[in-house]
Amino acid sequence: MIHKYKQLGLNIVMDIYSGAVHVVDDVMYDMLDYILEPFTPETVCPDFIKEGLKDKYSKEDIEESYNEICSLFRNGQLFTDDCYAEIAENWNKQSVVKALCIHIAHDCNLRCKYCFADTGEYHGSRGFMNLETGKKAIDFVINNSQNRRNIEIDYFGGEPLMNFDVVKGITEYAKEQGKLHDKNFRFTITTNGILLNDEIKEYINENMSNVVLSVDGTKETNDRMRYRVDGSGTYDAIMPKFIDLANSRNQDNYYVRGTFTAFNTDFAKDVLHFADLGFKQTSVEPVVAPETEDYALTDKHIDEVCREYENLTEEYVKRYDEGKGFNFFHFMVDLDQGPCAIKRLSGCGAGHEYLAVAANGDIYPCHQFVGNEKFLMGNVADGKIDMEISKKFERSNVYTKEKCKNCFAKFYCSGGCSANAYNFNGDINEPYELACVFEKKRLECAIAIEAHKKLSI
Amino acid sequence: MKHVQTLNKANLKDTAKHGGCGECQTSCQSACKTSCTVANQKCEQAN
Repeated sequence: MIHKYKQLGLNIVMDIYSGAVHVVDDVMYDMLDYILEPFTPETVCPDFIKEGLKDKYSKEDIEESYNEICSLFRNGQLFTDDCYAEIAENWNKQSVVKALCIHIAHDCNLRCKYCFADTGEYHGSRGFMNLETGKKAIDFVINNSQNRRNIEIDYFGGEPLMNFDVVKGITEYAKEQGKLHDKNFRFTITTNGILLNDEIKEYINENMSNVVLSVDGTKETNDRMRYRVDGSGTYDAIMPKFIDLANSRNQDNYYVRGTFTAFNTDFAKDVLHFADLGFKQTSVEPVVAPETEDYALTDKHIDEVCREYENLTEEYVKRYDEGKGFNFFHFMVDLDQGPCAIKRLSGCGAGHEYLAVAANGDIYPCHQFVGNEKFLMGNVADGKIDMEISKKFERSNVYTKEKCKNCFAKFYCSGGCSANAYNFNGDINEPYELACVFEKKRLECAIAIEAHKKLSI
Repeated sequence: MKHVQTLNKANLKDTAKHGGCGECQTSCQSACKTSCTVANQKCEQAN
């Protein structure tokens, strides 16, 4: 399978099953329209191709291009066949738990309009995780990670800083237990910044390999959706602290992370606002919400959102060329040393490698399932999980999803988010279409950016 | 080649044979939490 498109003045051709990315000239770009798969190289360019292209290109160019297509094919770089379906079919995956999203607080000091966590409550009651439960979560992941050495813990909420003493207690316990069991714990914390202070900053910088700072963009954008219980906006209180924190981490190993909604489909201005403030690691993502919400993105927003990704792409490479580049999470793609095919098949690992632990110790497939009793998998106090649910997630991969079969993006998004699939279509194997549309667009932008960078060296 | 520039090693098939150690970061832990993108993840075995 190939996918071709034009962006940033480049003709880009992706060969999906080898992972190769090519930039081609107009002759080859047009010629590829005439070639159907499975491709069989001929010794000379077939007449119907010559006939189709003769008014636009010279005989020599046509013949040369055809020969080059044949060479790429023989080198396994174009029209490569799909060897992964068989791997997925016969996969005897022996998953181990390697990452936990720990819900340190089912409470929040904000009332963000779009909060999937029901402003912190997760459709249950407000409450904090206690240290004992947190320690059990660490014991649980150690006991269920077998010989996997790298373990990730993400402190999530609600707002984790509302229960920061427990964050510290769990972290210290994990470090101590990690030494005893030869585990390398990596910690991440996600915060809205309201309670951030120098002492917390210092602890985060000493202990957390990543920190996610929640803010949506400009003051206008942010304060429209992210406000306190009394309705007042948060931008002025958090932005100076976020700038300080990002600088204290040398502009690395963090993300300022926002959400865009139907109210700001011109979100490039919000991303660029972050860049203008000096942030080098940015992420702004589409809200996921039912169509009944006034801020929800729906099919009617597709064109404007896709156009905005293109606008952002153009400004992104312009700033890169000027030496003022920054990272946008969804435009980051590693064409050389990215994840292996196995990871690309299986995705985020929710439900089997990656689990969420609610404040009371209940275990769910991921943070987005917390509070949905159909997906309750156990409790850290018992130390084991419902294997039936786990296996359901483990079996899910890009080849169990009908919609993914002919999609060029499948090895880049790995089949999409199971929670979104379930919430919109009632089935973890039926991806949420709108997310697919945006993902494909972002991927095209990301690869065009990489092509631009590689060709400008 | 005159009509094409190839930007990367086409090694995805090799990684199907040798990959799968599972030591890499869980994609949802990095920043997204609402979408799924694996292509921006790093391989733990990469130099």
